[in-house]
Amino acid sequence: MTTLKRFAVASLFALTAASPALAQEVNIYTTREPGLIQPILEAFTEETGIAVNTVFLQDGLAERVAAEGESSPADILMTVDFGVLSDLVDRGLTQPVESEVLEAAIPEVLRDADGNWFALSGRARVLYAAKDLDLDTFTYEQLDDEEWRGRLCIRSGHHPYNTALFAAYIAHHGEDAALQWLEGIKANQARVAAGGDRDGARDIAAGICDISIGNSYYVGLMASGAGGDEQKAWSDEIKVILPTFENGGTQVNISGAGVAAHAPNREEAVQLLEYLVSDEAQKLYAEANFEYPVTGTAEAHPIIAAFGELEPDSIPLGDIVQYRTLASELVDRVNFDTFEN
Amino acid sequence: MAAVFPTQANRRRHGGSGVWVGLAVLTAALALIPVLTIAITAASDTGTLWSHVIAYVLPQAVQNTAILLAGTGIIATCVGTGAAWIVSAYDFRGRGVLEWALLLPLAVPTYIMAYAYLDVLSPLGPVQGVIRAILGYDSPRDFRLPDIRSMWGAILIFGFVLYPYVYLTTRAMFLTQAANLIEVSRTLGVRRSTVFWRVALPLARPAIAVGVSLALMEALNDVGAAQFLGIRTLTASVYTTWIIRTDLPGAAQIAMAMLVFVVTLIVVERWARRDQRFAHSAQRARPMDPQRLTGARGLLALALGALPIVIGFLGPALYLLFEAIERIEFAGLSPYLVRATLNTVSLSAVATLVVLFMGFAVAYAARLRPDRLTGAMARIATLGYAVPGTVLAIGILIPVAFIDRTLDHAMREWFGISTGLLLLGSGAALVYAYAARFLAIASGGIEAGLSRIPMSYDHAARTLGQTATGALVRVHLPLSRAALTAAGLLVFVDCMKELPATLLLRPLNFESLSTLLYGEAARGTYEDAALAALIIIAIGILPVILLARTGRRTPGANAHQG
Repeated sequence: MTTLKRFAVASLFALTAASPALAQEVNIYTTREPGLIQPILEAFTEETGIAVNTVFLQDGLAERVAAEGESSPADILMTVDFGVLSDLVDRGLTQPVESEVLEAAIPEVLRDADGNWFALSGRARVLYAAKDLDLDTFTYEQLDDEEWRGRLCIRSGHHPYNTALFAAYIAHHGEDAALQWLEGIKANQARVAAGGDRDGARDIAAGICDISIGNSYYVGLMASGAGGDEQKAWSDEIKVILPTFENGGTQVNISGAGVAAHAPNREEAVQLLEYLVSDEAQKLYAEANFEYPVTGTAEAHPIIAAFGELEPDSIPLGDIVQYRTLASELVDRVNFDTFEN
Repeated sequence: MAAVFPTQANRRRHGGSGVWVGLAVLTAALALIPVLTIAITAASDTGTLWSHVIAYVLPQAVQNTAILLAGTGIIATCVGTGAAWIVSAYDFRGRGVLEWALLLPLAVPTYIMAYAYLDVLSPLGPVQGVIRAILGYDSPRDFRLPDIRSMWGAILIFGFVLYPYVYLTTRAMFLTQAANLIEVSRTLGVRRSTVFWRVALPLARPAIAVGVSLALMEALNDVGAAQFLGIRTLTASVYTTWIIRTDLPGAAQIAMAMLVFVVTLIVVERWARRDQRFAHSAQRARPMDPQRLTGARGLLALALGALPIVIGFLGPALYLLFEAIERIEFAGLSPYLVRATLNTVSLSAVATLVVLFMGFAVAYAARLRPDRLTGAMARIATLGYAVPGTVLAIGILIPVAFIDRTLDHAMREWFGISTGLLLLGSGAALVYAYAARFLAIASGGIEAGLSRIPMSYDHAARTLGQTATGALVRVHLPLSRAALTAAGLLVFVDCMKELPATLLLRPLNFESLSTLLYGEAARGTYEDAALAALIIIAIGILPVILLARTGRRTPGANAHQG
């Protein structure tokens, strides 16, 4: 009886689920909220006639693709954090792609030598500061300065964006220095490490803190008014500084993608990836999402460009990933996410 | 003896019960599969994980979790039981509305509640703005209230959104079971307020235990609200271990340890009241005769009863309404919403039917053959609720994908056609996930409903020639309709709110209201999601009102059972 019902359900959903009318299609599994890239995907369909199906899998993308094995419909695996992307590659869930278009468009450091992954857009981990603060430059190493006791807002130390930043710090200065640095940052917290990056801007506006760490594109989303008047008011209270490592540049994470190991529509998948690095698509990344284009030919949105020249850190992403687990362990060790000040 | 020399009557009495025991075993097996999968996942070497976890994670996480659960439990119990007593023992203007409105917070997902209060109570929000204006401060830098992102904030939010589980179970108890004993104590001269402490409360203990355990498991397994409020719970550690350290076996190990702990707690609670009997012989259960309150006392009762609704429902709902109107003016209506609403409602409805059927199979088998086997099946069926939703989703994914893969492979080998992913691609995997997760909610309610039907009815039906299934259709289903409806509606609302399994197991291009909402949340535009949240709440209200109406009819239905 239950199986019968299941079958009925199965047929029901098979009917209601969108059945692509077009012969050609490409399926994306993504940890990126599809609303953000929907305009780009629609433009692709219009241009090529290839339908794009998406499913947004926040957590467990790797588990799902691995479990589905050879039967997986996934063609493209897309993520908003390099750590997740490299994890997919490590687990053998992607396949190498050779494409002159991709290789010409994306700088070497932003793609895998074997073509297992390609960066599609960049986001910098920047400093939001109260706008009347006397501060023009900043290094990540300054985050633990006593000057900022009780004046810093930051999201959970276990969020992938912070994990990536902390891992980069370990890559620069080693484990011991990182532990000390994290202890200092914890002592500087003005409130519990929680919520999102925008909460940092809000809490600066509310006078809870003076500086905060957040991703670059949120500033665009707030300042452009795309998030409503309330958020625009928050962004009016902050200025953005591109911090650097003392012996390097600004920490940049990427959104990226690779072709799935068992992709049923490999050709279309590569075609879509190539489209995503076209000037047209890169412009959309910059204009709709306020991200940094990865190709040299497209430009950042004026709001983002106003932060100044972006000087990405010298240590390659691939070398930072290995420190993620350690970064997460250090966060536990200093009890980063418990507010004790 | 009868079993050794089966008489005709006896054969008839057991006729057909085998089918139901079989179905119960099948149900339990289906519920056990994901838990077993997690256990198997956990059974691998995780290196230094535990030395790290014990040294740096557990002390804080266990303390946080314990305080959060204790606080939530106390608030949910006090508010839930208190509200149930007020609307059962007293009659006052507005009681009729309170009776069902007290259930409304069920329709609000906890993380929405957390987000709404974070915004409303922020130093920049309206509440603090008004307070500053009254006190004469210009800027939040000069004056602000304590931050809600704290343990007390989390406890209040969880307590006020989860108390309806306790309210629902204790109110049913007050209405149907306690009435006679309460009347007797009144006759013996005990004051009404004393009756509450000395008779009603002790009597309601099993009901409170059931309600609180549901509420606490919701609180324990929450990830979203705790993330907003910055509470590092055990579930948050499971999540971090899996997602940030990509250590799924480690996450499964922590989850299994938690499961063992929860099961132990439940067993201990049952053991602690092993010698107490709560059954009552009153065949003619009837509603309590409420005391009429007028004037100021009536108003006080109304105010007390309305407070949880204002905090747990009206506050967040009005906030969302306000945000939604602003967004519609700003960005217009999203065409995805209609489709997502249809998806959500149809999926939840189908899942609810499946859950009810499975829950009934388990409860009915235990009634037909009350032995160790059926008792064990009933317990196993509830395991899924005690595992964090994110982890349970993995426990479903692995076996379901295995079936899909095997089937697809076989079809390609034998017939040269690819079936693709039959279960994952159709949404059937989601129905399975909801069933495994929410079976506990259904089976408890159905069991309680069935237990109110005297066994003599079963015997009478059997003597009159009905099979087990015949008796079910003609006697049990009609008589337990109220319990079934209540269980069904609870499950339906929970299915609509469910997030982690829906995210992980859905087919391509499939959006439900909760995934839509989460998608917006993921890009940090909660305001855009206000409408989706509002629809979840609006659809959630309908069953809640239905539920309350059913609840009100229950005593009547019971009365003519006697």
